[in-house]
Amino acid sequence: MTDSALATTDGPVRLVVITAGVSDPSSSRLLADRAAQKTIDLLREVGRSASVGVIELGPLAVDIAQAIVSGFPGTRLQAAIERLAAADAVIVSTPVYKAGISGLFKSFIDVLDNDLLIAKPVILAATAGTARHAMVADEQLRPLFAFLRALSAPTSLFAAPEDWGSPALSERIERAANELVLLLRSGVGQSIADSAWTGYQHQFAGNATRSDKAASDVDFSTDLMRLAAGGGLATPRQL
Amino acid sequence: MQFGIFTVGDIAPDPTTGYTQSEAERISNMVRVAQRADEVGLDVFALGEHHNPPFVPSSPTTLLAHIAALTKQIMLSTSVTLITTNDPVKIAEDYAMLQHVAKGRLDLMVGRGNTVPVYPWFGKDIRNGVALALENYNLLHRLWREDVVDWEGGFRTALQGFTSTPRPLDDVPPFVWHGSIRTPEIAEQAAFYGNGYFANHVLAPNLHFKPLVDFYRERFEHYGHGSSDQAIVGLGGQAFIAKRSQDAVKTFRPYFEEYPVFKGSSLDDFMERTPLSVGSPQEVIDKTMTFQEGFGDYQRQLFALDGMALPVEMALEQVELLGTEVVPVLRKEMAARRAPGAPEAPTHASLVKEKYGDTEPRQPRPNPNRGDNLSGTSPYQDSAPEFRANFPLAV
Repeated sequence: MTDSALATTDGPVRLVVITAGVSDPSSSRLLADRAAQKTIDLLREVGRSASVGVIELGPLAVDIAQAIVSGFPGTRLQAAIERLAAADAVIVSTPVYKAGISGLFKSFIDVLDNDLLIAKPVILAATAGTARHAMVADEQLRPLFAFLRALSAPTSLFAAPEDWGSPALSERIERAANELVLLLRSGVGQSIADSAWTGYQHQFAGNATRSDKAASDVDFSTDLMRLAAGGGLATPRQL
Repeated sequence: MQFGIFTVGDIAPDPTTGYTQSEAERISNMVRVAQRADEVGLDVFALGEHHNPPFVPSSPTTLLAHIAALTKQIMLSTSVTLITTNDPVKIAEDYAMLQHVAKGRLDLMVGRGNTVPVYPWFGKDIRNGVALALENYNLLHRLWREDVVDWEGGFRTALQGFTSTPRPLDDVPPFVWHGSIRTPEIAEQAAFYGNGYFANHVLAPNLHFKPLVDFYRERFEHYGHGSSDQAIVGLGGQAFIAKRSQDAVKTFRPYFEEYPVFKGSSLDDFMERTPLSVGSPQEVIDKTMTFQEGFGDYQRQLFALDGMALPVEMALEQVELLGTEVVPVLRKEMAARRAPGAPEAPTHASLVKEKYGDTEPRQPRPNPNRGDNLSGTSPYQDSAPEFRANFPLAV
């Protein structure tokens, strides 16, 4: 296998962990850390180093709520968004509250640009006080990251109290980490973004690393751009 | 450099007294604010357009025509005229009429509007918002420049042999600004036509709008209207001024923090992170100077300062402070830093001069009514006489 994507990236692979756990120690953070560590180990086995940045949402809770109200992120939240935008792969981990993902986690996702994580490899993880919530990662995180057009690893992670003593959790972590590394090494995310970026909806000068920042980035051959330059719509249409 | 104010005609309970202005009060108060702006020498008064409570200005041309009659020098404008839900033909007619009664003291800013239900109320779909704005302006542009228009588009009934009346004052259309906060297509249209581009410059971090302004500047140059630093840029802003800084913050805080849009937001955050200026005249001056630093020389600066439930006496005082203590200094300081050759915003006088030089402007006089607009190059007496349409004989 050629590491087409990784070969072109200078420096270590940038992993970013987002965790919405708020206790200390937090089992959501612990689950994410284990997935991150396993990912690093697997990358090292193929000769790649990795760096891990952790975005703890607890300390950003007020900033996130403020951003939802004011419509724009404050300085600290903006810095976190930029770190996330620059990630090569992401590991997200949320506690389950009231049979669903943490509202804090969802609120953080709500303030992100729609195109921030397009084709980005992601491990989905959730923790809960009971195994009855085992489907939350697949039933709530997976559609959320489908909306974001992220590349979620086929194996999602879930840990209830009894799982912390079970070797099966380690096996699932290894499986998810392996999937993440293979997604990274295949370069498929980068290929999708390289070849199909304009096919998604974007915001001019948004936070996504590939977002159009200047006139030289903008595609002027679209219907709307032709209309802007005095042309007519090719065919009257209903969008 | 033009300085002025813009208002959206909002109504909200005064958080310090609980008093809510009636629509009647708010309308006459806006007139007073505009008059005071005229008296203290501000250059522009711009009025928004809304079609839902708690906003009153659903009919900007009516109110602006009234204000035109009561003021002497101030330029009247809009912030914005909805180019999506209004019929561009009616915009062409209404604003040409307003331009006449205001004796040319008029320009306008076109924008999309982001209140979702307004679109269906006017038979439109917000998902077509950008295309509507672009196509409607393309038509408006022609209606003001061609005596007789044949036109077909995606959204509006086709036109055959249509003449928008009255023709613009001196046959020179009002200058148009395109207002946009996120849409490169709108900035592109402004650049294509050599029109102005206006960023409302509120509710977003400092310099948030710079990439779009730069985009517009670059495309303005691309289309051959001049160099990028000659593009016509306008910025909004929001201010609350008091002689002493701490009084400004103390007085303004409840108005800000109780205002529906800002509930849950912190005034201090907004002062630090956004173009909002709250403070002494000098502080407002200093902050506004950073706009010139950040965006380059620009042509128009408008401040929102009469809304957010401020009682009218306070709003009038704001206009007074802006006009007497802030703007005179800004004029001097910005002029001192202005690059040589940086253009002024077009006015009716400058556009007439540009079109006619020292010759008399065209004054269209219609031909006698004969039931059609198609028999010559135009229905006006200066229609090219050698051009005659031939109609089949009715049997």
